[in-house]
Amino acid sequence: MKRPGPMLRLAAPLKVLVHRFTFLALIAVSLGMMVLGKAEAPLVERVRVTVVDAVVPVLDALSRPVATVAEIGQKVTEFTDVYAENARLREENERLLQWQAVARKLEAENRSLRDVTRFAVEPQRAYVSARVVADAGGSFVRSVLVVAGTADGVAKGQTAVTGEGLVGRVGETGARSARILLLTDLNSQVPVFLETTREPAILAGDNSDRPKLVFLPANARPQVGERVVTSGHGGVFPPGIPVGIVASAGEGGIRIKPFVEFHRLEHVRIVDYGLDGTLPVSAPPPTPRRPGR
Amino acid sequence: MKSSPFQQLDLWARRTAPFAITLFVVVLSFVPLRLPAYFSVAPDFVLMAVFYWTVHRSDLMRSWSVFVVGLFDDLLSGGLLGLNALTLLLVHWAIVTQHKVFRGKPFGPVWAAFAVVATATNLFVAILAYALARAPVDMGALGVQYALTVALYPVLAWLLGRAQRAFLPVP
Repeated sequence: MKRPGPMLRLAAPLKVLVHRFTFLALIAVSLGMMVLGKAEAPLVERVRVTVVDAVVPVLDALSRPVATVAEIGQKVTEFTDVYAENARLREENERLLQWQAVARKLEAENRSLRDVTRFAVEPQRAYVSARVVADAGGSFVRSVLVVAGTADGVAKGQTAVTGEGLVGRVGETGARSARILLLTDLNSQVPVFLETTREPAILAGDNSDRPKLVFLPANARPQVGERVVTSGHGGVFPPGIPVGIVASAGEGGIRIKPFVEFHRLEHVRIVDYGLDGTLPVSAPPPTPRRPGR
Repeated sequence: MKSSPFQQLDLWARRTAPFAITLFVVVLSFVPLRLPAYFSVAPDFVLMAVFYWTVHRSDLMRSWSVFVVGLFDDLLSGGLLGLNALTLLLVHWAIVTQHKVFRGKPFGPVWAAFAVVATATNLFVAILAYALARAPVDMGALGVQYALTVALYPVLAWLLGRAQRAFLPVP
């Protein structure tokens, strides 16, 4: 049998060595990037938004059929509950008609009081409606990607809401995309108060579906079912945006059930309230292997 | 015989298919399915894809490809950059060094090996996440995610197997 030449005899171990070196080098680069990421280097954010901007059109196209299927599923479910739903809506309609009468009376009263006190009416806020195209979720991070960016007037720190209530705030913006940090995210801290008692607190996300209410005055006794709204403290969120209701208050702390059902998010409204809305400088939490998210 | 540029391009496209498919799996894994609680228990399709290709075609799923896949996942997820890249590289290394164990084995033992790799990956990420960001770990959600990941592996493996037979040259 012909023996392999000297070049061939050298090539195999060399190949193994190169593979081993490449692997070690890549491990070192990964660790280096983790350090860079922890330090929140601006370069990392720039690269991230560039990649997200490039991928968002693909995600937009892919998410449309899924949204359609989800919509059909929802319609089928609604169809099966149509009688019960009708009865519920009639009841709700009656209640809302009563509220409408109250609201009209209050509106007239408000207008007249504003005339008397020369109250400066808040200007209309600019907003952008954006489609949610990605769940960057998981056990450790809670954010969504939307198709609207700086080109549409979206800026870091702006508030994201739906008709149901507060969603979160803009954490990163590219030209065509933005990342919304949900109020359930580990880094989210929303100044709120209990609607009936006006007791102030902070709603702190911990990546669970039920964020915690912290820094509540010691004598405060929140009731289960009580509404929680933004307080406007700190200049991050404007006051009065509905956030959720007290879901539990006991040994495990006070947990809030957000009004917004995050898994159903299809569109969000990103509102420029003209607030500073500066996000605290902190490292992003690690994400697990996807879901990781 | 020297192949034409088109043949070379065709071969190149076929050889990059595992990498391209895995990148597509990363993008797909971010598409919102609008299911309740899916957010926290979504199965780890990227781990499945990297595992499959490393076991079956490690010659076409090199460490740099795995690194780029992990990095791409990190950039889209908004989490700590490098974490998924590091995790997937370690998974890749574990499989490559134990390649003899997987060679010629039927699907059952390979699936069992995937369950072991998924356990190690989940624990590694949970520990790292807690150590780096004090991120609380919801063991219930993690358990469901793990179970879904292991349970759905045969489905993705079947799909990737079809792609492998359709596109890839025999090693």
